[in-house]
Order: sequence, then C-alpha cells, then structure tokens
Amino acid sequence: MDLTDILIMLLKAVVVVVLVMAIAGYSVVGERKVASWAQGRLGPNRTTIPLLGSIPVIGRILTRLGIFQLPADGAKFLFKEEPLPGHVNKFYYILAPIISFLPPMIILTVLPYGQFVKDGVMEAVALSQTDVGILFVMAVSSISVYGLILAGWAANSKFPFLGGIRASSQMISYELCIGLSLLPVFMWTGGTLDLFAVVQAQGGVLFGESIGLPKWFIIYQPLSALLYLVALFAETNRLPFDMPESETDLVGGFHTEYGAFKFGLFFVGEYAHMVVGSAIFSIVFLGGWSIPFLPLSAYPEGILGALLSVVVLAAKVIFLLFFFMWVRWTLPRFRYDQVMNLGWKVLMPLAVANLLAYMVIMAIMPGALL
Amino acid sequence: MMHDVLFYLFAAMTLAPALLLVCSRNTVNAAMLMIVSFIGAASLFALLQAYLLAVLQVMVYAGAVVVLFLFIIMLLDVGHEGRLRAALSKLVAPLAFFAALGCCSVLAILSGRGGEAPAGLEASPAASAESFGMLLFTKYQLAFELTGFLLLAAMVGVIFISRRAIPAGNRTEGKE
Repeated sequence: MDLTDILIMLLKAVVVVVLVMAIAGYSVVGERKVASWAQGRLGPNRTTIPLLGSIPVIGRILTRLGIFQLPADGAKFLFKEEPLPGHVNKFYYILAPIISFLPPMIILTVLPYGQFVKDGVMEAVALSQTDVGILFVMAVSSISVYGLILAGWAANSKFPFLGGIRASSQMISYELCIGLSLLPVFMWTGGTLDLFAVVQAQGGVLFGESIGLPKWFIIYQPLSALLYLVALFAETNRLPFDMPESETDLVGGFHTEYGAFKFGLFFVGEYAHMVVGSAIFSIVFLGGWSIPFLPLSAYPEGILGALLSVVVLAAKVIFLLFFFMWVRWTLPRFRYDQVMNLGWKVLMPLAVANLLAYMVIMAIMPGALL
Repeated sequence: MMHDVLFYLFAAMTLAPALLLVCSRNTVNAAMLMIVSFIGAASLFALLQAYLLAVLQVMVYAGAVVVLFLFIIMLLDVGHEGRLRAALSKLVAPLAFFAALGCCSVLAILSGRGGEAPAGLEASPAASAESFGMLLFTKYQLAFELTGFLLLAAMVGVIFISRRAIPAGNRTEGKE
C-alpha cells in the first residue's frame, strides 16, 4: 500500500465523518424545529450570521429555517467557561464524554453507504467491508454505554449516579432484544453477517411482479423490525426511554455535572448514535438504498449510480431521524419500572417467539417466500 | 515485522491491565482495566484473523459482562470495606491451582504443540460464522457442551453461596 492509497482512504474517512457529523449536527436543529412544529410554534428563527443573513431573499429564508442556529450553538459550547467540579473523579469525568462519542464514529467504518457498479461488478461504497458486519456494529455500540455509566459514577453526586445505574440496567435489558430481533433477518439471508449482502438480498420484488411489494425485511419480518426499532430507541436513550437523562426526576441524569464542550460531546454523541442506528435500521429492514419496485441493477453504472444510492439511503436515514423526533414529542416518558417490565416481560418473550417462528418457517419451507 | 510489533503491543494491552486489575483496590478501576484487557485479547484474536471470535469477545465480555459487574458494583457500593487480608491457610488452594496451571502451560509450550492450530481449521480459523458454527456443533460438540455444563455448575454454586449469606428470616423482600 503506497502513500496515495492511504491518502485516498483518509480522504474517504474524512468525507464520511464530515457528512455524518453534518447530519448529526443539523438533526439538533431539526429536533428543535420538529418540537416547535409539534407544539404549534416557530422554533429557532432569528439567529443569523452578519453577511450571509443579509443576502436579500435567501438570507431571510435561511434565517427563518434556523440554518444558522447550528454554528451558533457549536460556538457557544466551544467558548463557554469549562469548569471542572472539585468533587469529581477527574480521570473518568473527562474520559466519559469521549467514550460515549467514539463508538458511533467507529461503527461508521463498517457501514455500506451505497453501491458502485463497474463493468457489471457491484461493489459497496464503504470504508471497509468485513464479513462479521452486524456483529461488529453490535459489539461496538455495546461499548458506548460505558460513557454514560462512567459519567454518572465519576460525577460523584446523587442524580448522575442514579442516571448511570439506570443506563447500565437499561442497556443490559435491551441489548438481548436487539440481538434476538436481528437474528431472524440474518438467518433468512443464509447465515451471512455482511450488511452489504443483506441489502442485496432485499433488492427485488416480493410475490411476483403483479402484486409487487418491495422485498424489504420490514415487509416479511414486521415483528423483528418493530422489536429492533423499540430496542433502538432504548439503546440511543431517546424518549420514551431516556431513563439515564430523565430531566424531570434526575435533573439532567448522567450529565448533570457536565457543561460546555464536554456536554456538547454527549449531546452530539447521542445524535450521532441516532444517525448510525437509523442507518442500520434502513440497511437491515428498509432495503438500504433499494428503491421500491426497482431492482438494485436499475442504478446506472459508475459514480452517478453510487451518488444516487447514497442519496436514497440518506433520505431513509433522515426520515427515520424525523421519526425519532416525532415519537419524542408524541409519547410521554416511561417510568423506570415500566421500562424494565417492557424489556423483560414483553419484548424478550416476543423476540424469542419471533425467532422460533421464523426458525420453524424456514425449516418447513426453505426459500418459499424468497 | 508489523505483525510482531502489533502482537507485542496487544499482548501488553492484555497482560498489563490484567496485572493491575488483580492489584487494584478500587473496584470501578478494576472493572475498567478488565475491559481494556478484554479488548486487548480481542485484538489478538483479530490479529489471528479470527474476526468472529474478536467481535464476540468484545460483545459478550466487554459489552455485557462488565456492564453487569459495574451495575452490581455501583448498586452495592462496594469498595469501602478497607483492606481485606486473607488467612495464609486460605491461600494454599488457589496458589496450588495456579502453580499447576503454570506448569501445564510451560509443559505445553515446551512440548511444542502450543502453536499448532486444531485440525479442520485451515484457512483463517473461525473467520466466518458459518465454518465456526459448523465445527463448534459437530467436531467440538463435546467440549462445547462440557463448558456449558461447567458454567451451569458455577451458576448453581454462586446462587447457593449468595443465598446462604442471607438467613431465611432476615429477608427484606417487599419492605423497601
């Protein structure tokens, strides 16, 4: 591998990180806009940047859309005073936000973002491809809970501590459900754990051309998709599952003692986790970059097809991000015991039953629905 | 060359935290060191191209088991017991066990069979889930079942010990 190859790989990595961080950052603004839409108000609409904001028509529209809110928020987090409380365990206090931010960034390396067809050969648009794809994703995302636990513990005060304990118990409860809900999908694709192969398996039409449903896993494994989606909400600590934060009873939960940039890392980390989770849901259950009623080979060859496929996947991710926010402003927060009950007494048995059902179906009529 | 450097790096990443873990008095530090050690072991698996094992190592041990440890540590708020001093007589059994274990590993290394891959795992052992599962449930079925049985025995033992710690009359169930 010579220098050019390394530079090209670095460039690819930078592009991916910049794009994902842009989506994660703007989903913060999006969250506020969706919140205001749900509550019948305008949301951020006055923040402006001197020169850009005074361009006749466009500047005004951009200001109204809240586009300039993100740089303002970012600058605020950067320039705020950064106090280090005297009663914290300093090492873990500083380590925690970094740990909770890193895992989504690591997962970005194995996700396929689109397809690139050259001379009839289809390749994945990805930073790297491994045949243990989904297991890698699950392993790395299971690490991210340490950020929350350590933050709660290192802060050395009551409410963050409760938040940290809740984070760990919620993680243990819902991680099982994530694994069990993904298993039927990967049994169906014939034992491969590669995410790119999963997308390729979804690129057709179900039940023949006449009825024509998109051959997505959400169509023929709806319960798996629902279980995974619920567990994903729990894993990203989004409402109605935001037990570790739960600002009505825990002040701010695990990040009560955090401010300025360290809080910003937690904040962006949560949104990055949402982006990555949405991407995985789109890839596994929504057919990745496949367009309904069109086969994957309908994408043109070369760079144009690659760009188109990435855009389609991004559109699905953005819709799911909107769905996350929509649910947040629709459902009230669960109580802690309700979260545990739901996880162990409802989702777990359902996930096991779902897995067994698909095992039986696949044993009785192998490949019948494919 | 690169491979060797990485091997020593990962080996140090596995062994140094393990040593510190045994010496550590702070239970949260110990759990964190354990994670680093597990990730080091996973990196060693990855270096052997056993990616599936590497990922499972991180997922099961670093991702689930240590979260459970931390949960228990925090819930029981252990770490304030002060220094524990074990009686010398209680140390005999573990020391004998580890001496035997050390002798066995030295013998295994000296006999020159340590570096050999088990038969049936030729190219990139345990790289793909399929070949791994095939071998696990056919050729190594007995070892697999025995390990499961050992774990079950350990679990029953733990339940027995922890039940004995709370006398039947003093339970506080339902009185929180």
